[in-house]
Amino acid sequence: MAIFLTKDSKVIVQGMTGSEGQKHTKRMLASGTNIVGGVNPRKAGTTVDFDGTEVPVFGSVKDAMEKTGADVTVIFVPEKFTKDAVVEAIEAEIELAVVITEGVAVHDTASFWALAQAKGNKTRIIGPNCPGLISPGQSNAGIIPADITKPGRIGLVSKSGTLTYQMMYELRDLGFSSCVGIGGDPIIGTTHIDALKAFQDDPETDLIVMIGEIGGDAEERAADFIKEHVTKPVVGYVAGFTAPEGKTMGHAGAIVSGSSGTAQAKKEALEAAGVKVGKTPSETARLARAALAG
Amino acid sequence: MEKGRTRVDLFEYQARDLFAKHGVPVLAGEVIDTPEAAREATERLGGRSVVKAQVKVGGRGKAGGVKLAATPDEAVARATDILGMDIKGHTVHKVMIAETAPEIAEEYYVSYLLDRTNRTFLAMASVAGGMDIEEVAATTPEKLAKVPVDANEGVTIEKAREIVAQAKFPAEVAEQVAEVLVTLWKTFVAEDALLVEVNPLAKVADGRVIALDGKVSLDANAEFRQPSHEELEDKAAADPLEAAAKAKGLNYVKLEGQVGIIGNGAGLVMSTLDVVAYAGENHGGVKPANFLDIGGGASAEVMANGLEIILGDPDVKSVFVNVFGGITACDAVANGIVQALELLESKGEKVEKPLVVRLDGNNAELGRKILTDANHPLVQQVDTMDGAAERAAELAAK
Repeated sequence: MAIFLTKDSKVIVQGMTGSEGQKHTKRMLASGTNIVGGVNPRKAGTTVDFDGTEVPVFGSVKDAMEKTGADVTVIFVPEKFTKDAVVEAIEAEIELAVVITEGVAVHDTASFWALAQAKGNKTRIIGPNCPGLISPGQSNAGIIPADITKPGRIGLVSKSGTLTYQMMYELRDLGFSSCVGIGGDPIIGTTHIDALKAFQDDPETDLIVMIGEIGGDAEERAADFIKEHVTKPVVGYVAGFTAPEGKTMGHAGAIVSGSSGTAQAKKEALEAAGVKVGKTPSETARLARAALAG
Repeated sequence: MEKGRTRVDLFEYQARDLFAKHGVPVLAGEVIDTPEAAREATERLGGRSVVKAQVKVGGRGKAGGVKLAATPDEAVARATDILGMDIKGHTVHKVMIAETAPEIAEEYYVSYLLDRTNRTFLAMASVAGGMDIEEVAATTPEKLAKVPVDANEGVTIEKAREIVAQAKFPAEVAEQVAEVLVTLWKTFVAEDALLVEVNPLAKVADGRVIALDGKVSLDANAEFRQPSHEELEDKAAADPLEAAAKAKGLNYVKLEGQVGIIGNGAGLVMSTLDVVAYAGENHGGVKPANFLDIGGGASAEVMANGLEIILGDPDVKSVFVNVFGGITACDAVANGIVQALELLESKGEKVEKPLVVRLDGNNAELGRKILTDANHPLVQQVDTMDGAAERAAELAAK
């Protein structure tokens, strides 16, 4: 199985004809993703050649879905146009929209998130400002490198891109069912809790690794959820123990004010829910090995 | 596409200007930075004014940063006192010369902010204004109304009346406060704010409702459609290294320690700071000197810019370059480091601080080989993040 994305997923790319979109569409195809089209109203009807694979360009998400049966879109459009692209995906009721774009204004994210909710959450949104997700050996939607790990039975959910890669690499010999980069922005479409729930229900996931970072209370709420609903072992890591208060560390969400949102508070909340929390990525990997062994 | 700052906190006078622009009732006022300028500014206000320190910290009134001036001369004297004053570690560089408020009858509180937990916007309103709202929330939570606002529906006059009703504003000001809430929402949306707060929103003797003080934080990610926001940033207050980094488009935060850090990806860099701090516990308590995320690209130029900033920090004793090649290939990063050192040396900058480099992931072996072949006397390689942090801390403690 895997979560959110499988070998049966039919993927389209919004912004496929742009430079980032082209680069990553090529990479996604190389890692086995079934890419059925791109979207660009000005280039509808043309095709783009990716090393011999001709990918058709459609005028709209709706048109692409009707003609190809696409159920996943990966969005690479620049931040100015991201809101319109996500709104289009939501209006078309595609199942999954993966928003890679970084630097999206919070008012734009709040707006498309409110729309998704008003439409009954028919579209799952991952991101924005995220690396996307990969189900190794099956499909890859986003910018996560496919060759650093293999299929396996660990589920990974993380706010941070490079820490996702680091953890995939540390545990590459064991492999992963799915790795989901949810992004570090103040408002994100898919949370730790959504991924935890899906991994708990996925028969092919035996262990969940959860990576958080300072800011907000998502990790604390995830801890509450784990206590109540997750029976599989969970290993955690939180970045930012030594971050000073009131400073933004790259991710817009990673701002600490007062005691709420500190790495220490998150670690304690997770440990109280029975999660083993590593102090460093390598210690977290060791804890994951031990937990998987039994 | 990396952004140095994601949130821009404004001074009171800047908040006042934005409120005025969108129709929130405010008193007249202007900002000055010399005592003499207080005279003319006060004359323009009819000879009386309030001299208010412009600092981004609460409690300035208690600290003596807000004074009434009955004459233009007195305004100069008060401005002389306040300019240069230290308020909780913030030096006062500017004061606002504001119109004196008519006698205040009551003080309220209103704000809009981002509610991360519920992934929506939130209106907060209270008739217990004028004091620290966090204290109100903690001690008398029933006096603070919290009303979610749908980002797409916004605050219409009907919604504003609902907020006013929930906060139990007195009937005689209800409609005026509702109108303020509508204009304040306009400010929040039109300026791409993360927070707009009026405290106090005062009912004055003549019955008017006026925003007497306020806070605004803007979303730096919205600068693509808010070109005027860049000049609202307080460049004077920024750390000189942070300002230099920002000018080069780098995502850098100056910290207190001795180990310079360069990494790719915000999460990995934060994690690197932690690992270095732990390693420092065994090496005289050395700590990370900065946060620097060079992002996905990591070209020679970006690496050179990053190294230049970090090597220019006199506190830095060693540098830890921690890169996990995901999309970025490590051979490109290694070439970047080699070229960056050449670039700095060709500019006549003597590189004397040791660099510990850890490359992992995509093309790591090739990258390591490039550094080995370059054989730069200051560059050392360690294969793991923990080991490299240990080595960098050890070198910084020497």
